[in-house]
Amino acid sequence: MRRMSALVRLLCLSLLLSLGAAATGMWPQVAVAAVDAFEFETDEQQRRFRQMSDDFRCPMCQNTSLTGSSGGVAEDLRREIYLMIMDGKTDEEIEQFMLERYGDFIFYRPRLTVETLLLWFGPLLFLVLGGWIILGIIRRAQPMTQEQVALNDEEQQRLKALLDNVKRD
Amino acid sequence: MSRMKLFIPVFIFMVMAVMLWRGLYLDPRTLPSVLIDKPLPDFELPRVEDEALISKADLPDEPFLLNVWGSYCLPCLQENPILMAAKEAGVVPIVGVNYKDKLNLARLWMDDNGSPFDFSIMDADGRLGINLGVYGAPETFIVDGNGVIRYKHIGVIDYKTWDEEIMPALAAVKAEATL
Amino acid sequence: MVPELGQFALILSFCLCALLGTLPLIGAGTGNQLWISLARPLTAGVFVFLSLCLLILAYSFVTDDFSVQFVAQHSNSLLPIQYKITAVWGGHEGSFLFWTWMLALWMLAVSLFSKAMPDDFVARVLGIMGLIGAGYTLFMIATSNPFDRVLPLSPVDGADLNSALQDIGFIIHPPSLYMGYVGFSVVFAFAIAALLSGRLDSAWARWSRPWANAAWAILTIGIALGSWWAYYELGWGGWWAWDPVENPPMINWLLGTALIHSLAVTEKRGVFKSWTVLLAIMAFAASLLGTFITRSGLLTSVHAFASDPTRGVYILGFLGLVIGGSLLLFALRAPLMKSEFGFASVSREVFLLANNIILVVASAAILLGTLYPMVYQAVSGGELISVGPPYFNTIFVPLMSLLVIFLVLGAISRWKKTSVTYLKQQLLIVAAASVVLGLILPLALTLEFNVGASIATALGLWIVLGIVQDIRLKIANKPSVLAGLRSLAVAYLGMQIAHFGFAVILLGAALTSIYSIEKSVLLSPGQSVDLGNYHFQFDGTEHLSGPNYEAERATFQVLRDGEFVRELHPEKRVYTASMSPSTEMAIDAGFTRDLFITLGEERESGAWSMSIYIKPLVRWVWLGSIIMALGAIVAVLDKRYRRLKVKTLAQAASEPEFRPGVSGGQTVSG
Repeated sequence: MRRMSALVRLLCLSLLLSLGAAATGMWPQVAVAAVDAFEFETDEQQRRFRQMSDDFRCPMCQNTSLTGSSGGVAEDLRREIYLMIMDGKTDEEIEQFMLERYGDFIFYRPRLTVETLLLWFGPLLFLVLGGWIILGIIRRAQPMTQEQVALNDEEQQRLKALLDNVKRD
Repeated sequence: MSRMKLFIPVFIFMVMAVMLWRGLYLDPRTLPSVLIDKPLPDFELPRVEDEALISKADLPDEPFLLNVWGSYCLPCLQENPILMAAKEAGVVPIVGVNYKDKLNLARLWMDDNGSPFDFSIMDADGRLGINLGVYGAPETFIVDGNGVIRYKHIGVIDYKTWDEEIMPALAAVKAEATL
Repeated sequence: MVPELGQFALILSFCLCALLGTLPLIGAGTGNQLWISLARPLTAGVFVFLSLCLLILAYSFVTDDFSVQFVAQHSNSLLPIQYKITAVWGGHEGSFLFWTWMLALWMLAVSLFSKAMPDDFVARVLGIMGLIGAGYTLFMIATSNPFDRVLPLSPVDGADLNSALQDIGFIIHPPSLYMGYVGFSVVFAFAIAALLSGRLDSAWARWSRPWANAAWAILTIGIALGSWWAYYELGWGGWWAWDPVENPPMINWLLGTALIHSLAVTEKRGVFKSWTVLLAIMAFAASLLGTFITRSGLLTSVHAFASDPTRGVYILGFLGLVIGGSLLLFALRAPLMKSEFGFASVSREVFLLANNIILVVASAAILLGTLYPMVYQAVSGGELISVGPPYFNTIFVPLMSLLVIFLVLGAISRWKKTSVTYLKQQLLIVAAASVVLGLILPLALTLEFNVGASIATALGLWIVLGIVQDIRLKIANKPSVLAGLRSLAVAYLGMQIAHFGFAVILLGAALTSIYSIEKSVLLSPGQSVDLGNYHFQFDGTEHLSGPNYEAERATFQVLRDGEFVRELHPEKRVYTASMSPSTEMAIDAGFTRDLFITLGEERESGAWSMSIYIKPLVRWVWLGSIIMALGAIVAVLDKRYRRLKVKTLAQAASEPEFRPGVSGGQTVSG
């Protein structure tokens, strides 16, 4: 009992320490959120704008989307996206525009090419592999005989003892 | 065989460790330009010097440097003496792209620090910058006599990069032009 | 003089770690009781001297000793005293010391709460943790010494602490993340100790479980805090960015989740032993990989430490030695681990295995996405690609959905063998109810059909209703519901609480992603804008002088259907010292939705640009995390773990497992 309460205390202490103790060395170079005042005609245009601002990487930042960056080229690129959307350009045309200027680096969603096949289908491959492993184990799993499922004498006794315990509670 | 399977994790781990070790010596920030060997984009923008509208046709018809700069940009100040020296020695014509700047500040900067540029294109809204695939000032392009981008340097130019990267690249482009 | 004492304490810590990493291990191998008994005192010594290091560094900060390079880089004489103390963790060197100290804290905890375990086993565990500690302290001494001096030309004043660190969310997030991260080294040490001793029985799994659960709970909180911080600080409504530095904790969390489940199977049923050991190694490897990525500058991330390949090489070498060695040991020793019990193809064992596989696949996928740009660059000779949130979401969401389906199957089915008929009987009604409600609820609440929302709601309900059904079954033959609930095992309740928390996260994450709306507008004082059911009236701005900043503070009246909700005051600040602008968003946090406003720029016309967001259920992401962590803590408190009296491993191994498939709540926990 005493040991346990000590463990509880330790857990609380460590939580407190973690919560109360101070900071670290990994701080984001805080990218101040972008605030544009673009007027859209439809909600769909607004949605496409946000989607694309999320899916393009800010080329000059460390690692944020256009949405997450307020400065310089990110601001200009959002304006270009806005103008192209209002101009009736399709998503594909806008992506092409970006690709021609900034290359594949700009896409947070890598295009499906021969080089990215492994990236896009790797997880599926892992899953198939995992499924195959499970199937192998299931096949080897011993079907339970009646004998195994049934309790042996000792287990019967312990069951009885436990049930008695429960009744007493 | 089944015992060999147990070595798969350690094998995978070793492959990964080698990859990570190799990765340590790669710079994830060296951004290649997709615009190499592509013609310069069209533009029609005022000159910083006199606000006269200029276009692609007004650019030199020999190999030249296109230097993206701004009065707010400290590294630009840092590389200015090198570019000034190059201009004075007549090594190569230099055209500036005054990127996302204010006209008066840009002129003040040129008065204070000297202008290495034959002239500077004023790209106040950064659209020419986007068409050039610019990340931020300073960036330097080598453009050949046909208006095709041949080389791009991102970031500040110091004496080392000037001697070891810019000059050889420029020489190659020039040599090709004289053929 | 004082920093030199810190230096000395650091070197002593290394020496003690080195001793701890050798003598008790050798003693346990040869049966030398004296050497075995050294483990606990040495552990205490390591803890004392590392604590001393930490105190001395704090002292150097408080006394403005700028001859210490680390202090000069991360403090300033004008910095308020509380930040001087917290600045101890404000940079690479200090935070690594903090990290190592946390390892010592975990070691101390193991040495104190391990009376029930045989001494030779404890000696092995502490010895292995001592080796890890030796690696960490040597790393500090060799490449990242926080006590390095700048002499004789010491700076007069320091460069000051990054202003982003003077924020509560960021103050509390990394320590808890570290604490959870480091906690997995305990489970790792247990696994390696078991491999070394060659005695992989269910006792080992039982001893590991409370530690694994505790580390996992703290890691969960740490990750959630990071997400919360990003949400309110970055100001565009994002709460998870899949940054290369965020991914290793996520991988660690996923592997840790797999591990606590696998440990349960190993403890209860004596199967999947080698798999559990492998997971313990992998979870620890993930935490080392996280350290490596963060501190070597390997990948471009928003989290910046000065990158230094030397440190990278050192950590990689350490990683290779520790993980490579462990995996090799695993390969050599795994054949000794024979699974003793059989199970049928439909049983809790199999469902938990399936969940384990899915979690590991998800981890592998995240690792693939995180490292792919680096490999791509190496292979293509310099070409760069980016792998970002759209990729990770595409991969992660289906995998998690699959996980949820198996989660309920695993929780409700029985050990050894479960009949398909039984599962159908219990779960068909749950499945039907989830699907129907999943279709109806979002439609009824929003009057719009959305496939994603329906799937998410159905999956969330599948978990929740599954829990209800399972508990209902467990207490069916009890006299009253209350009596029934009280008869349930604590560990079982912990499991169900954690599963419920997971459902809350799932619902929150999915629905906030789908239903969040935003609008960016230009408003002059007196103008207003409508978004969703809300009406935002912009009253204008006033100038405000803060202690170290100048601000424009805006006032908004928020109304819903004509009724006043509250006033919101977003700010635009300029910090006078650095002239750096900053936006302070105003949030109205709520159980059902968050409203928030971010102020942009003032235009010449006097109008302000601003973004307004409504994010439904976003709080559920963090609320669910807290519930989930709570569940794990509850499970740790189960009496079963403290009833362990001192007994030899042989006894523990020969003790018959009493886990009949038809048991009630007492024996079932996942």
